[in-house]
Amino acid sequence: MRLVIGVGNPDRGDDAAGLAVARAVRDAAPRSVSVQELDGDQLKLLDAWDGADEVYVVDAVYSGGRPGVTYRFDASRPLGASFRQRGTHTFSLAEVIELGRALGRLPARLSGYGIEGAAFALGAGLSPEAEAAVRVVAGQILGELSGGD
Amino acid sequence: MTHGSRIRVPGLARVEGEGGLEIVTSDGRVTEARLDIYEPPRFFEGLLRGRAYTEPPDITARICGICPVAYQMSACAAIEDACGVTVPGSIRALRRLLYCGEWIESHALHVYLLHAPDFLGYESGIHLARDHPEIVGRGLRLKRAGNRLMEVVGGRSVHPVNVRVGGFYRAPDPAALRGLADELAWARQAALDTVDWVAGFDFPDYEVDYEYVSLRDPAGYPVMGERIVSSRGLDIGVSEYDQHFTEFQVPHSTALHSVLDGDRTYLVGPMARYSLSSGALPDVAASAARAAGLGATCANPFRSIIVRSVELVYACDEALRLIEGYQPPVPPAIGVPPAAATGYGCTEAPRGLLYHRYRLTADGTISDAQIVPPTSQNQRAIEADLRAFAQARLHLPLDRLTWECEQAVRSYDPCISCATHFLDLRVSAT
Repeated sequence: MRLVIGVGNPDRGDDAAGLAVARAVRDAAPRSVSVQELDGDQLKLLDAWDGADEVYVVDAVYSGGRPGVTYRFDASRPLGASFRQRGTHTFSLAEVIELGRALGRLPARLSGYGIEGAAFALGAGLSPEAEAAVRVVAGQILGELSGGD
Repeated sequence: MTHGSRIRVPGLARVEGEGGLEIVTSDGRVTEARLDIYEPPRFFEGLLRGRAYTEPPDITARICGICPVAYQMSACAAIEDACGVTVPGSIRALRRLLYCGEWIESHALHVYLLHAPDFLGYESGIHLARDHPEIVGRGLRLKRAGNRLMEVVGGRSVHPVNVRVGGFYRAPDPAALRGLADELAWARQAALDTVDWVAGFDFPDYEVDYEYVSLRDPAGYPVMGERIVSSRGLDIGVSEYDQHFTEFQVPHSTALHSVLDGDRTYLVGPMARYSLSSGALPDVAASAARAAGLGATCANPFRSIIVRSVELVYACDEALRLIEGYQPPVPPAIGVPPAAATGYGCTEAPRGLLYHRYRLTADGTISDAQIVPPTSQNQRAIEADLRAFAQARLHLPLDRLTWECEQAVRSYDPCISCATHFLDLRVSAT
């Protein structure tokens, strides 16, 4: 099973970037691809990707970088400490990946995307920088998914 | 430690939210110990003004992703109080069941991933999982059992959507609730194993003469209730909260501090609940507590991990009891006509007493709101403990002292809301 997971809070500005990517992918992906949206609790990723072979996870990050910058990492190798500090939730995406690795609960192929957010105000929408990055990341994921179909 | 030093941990790891700690010493004495909280959740009170009286359960749930049910329950209690409405027992029971889910997921997270690594010498829950995947796996399954309960009763586990003033939008399907029983029975046994596991940790020899504050709950161990009690004789109705508890600002924290009756520092949370109501625990939890070496009260903040685990047992057991007796409330919510009045509500968040007060106009518009979360109330106790704790350990190497002080803070499970997970320690001489 191929799975795309967007993570974020829909009501906190650019924190919703991962959710926006998930929605964009859902609208255009092959029907064989599953798409999930997760709100907040990153530890649920361990259950969400249980049984999937190829997984893409997208989350917002806030590391002081230029808003709209995207990061990509392949979870087949342990992630460096710098990645672990970039999440916006209780456990960052990279922390959950490392927890999954420790527990033997990682899918065979797992790609992570981070979108550097500009603002995370309550009730705000996506910033123009994050919106542009959402299109870029969604396009990349769709390209890879269609390539494998 | 040299004389005249400053320990700063700008970002505390393994706590919920953004905060740091600072300890200043001069001539071998701790002169200051501060829990720096720089995340401001309190703008919610201003945000609520002018909104409809039906909105706080959904708006205030957004204050915290770990304990949204607590905000929803205190908000409902306060608004229903203002409107002079009392919900029937079937709705109260369903609220209690939802609350059990939150206690389970919150306590499992803290015990296994945030607190236990301190006792076992691990940097994080991830490091613990590498050596003990079966133990961390048990903790995550426990947490999931709580999350699942919140999903079935609350509609989803983060910021549940099924709660409304007067009750619930929809009563959960009895079959769906019964379907959780097997996993909750597993969770109860896992919680008993958790008590046994954490009871074997080494605990610093450190006790504090706290004044504990919690609700007294006619339904048993305190989850919801109308009276606030303390270990030094306080016994008041929730509506008298403002007459006894005073919030005030300090320069180093964006969360207000709180004192009881003028100047008394007090503690809320699992240790307070346990110490004031251990007699209300069912046998399965009480006997686990005794076997773990707990007496009728607990005064060592590091042993709060045992208390939290006992509360895990309680929450699983209580959830099973409530599911067994579940009758869907008909209707799932009662009417709550607005009233020009002020209402007060308190419930026991996983981390302790959570107070809400709303003043409504006749059409139900909120004209004033006050929210006092448990971590605000505990700040003074945490700082007082840090002073005493660090003072007795100034002979330790700086990194060891810093680590032990961080561990002391984590014992309280401070929920500063949302998250940061970096640690950047700087030391400077005064």
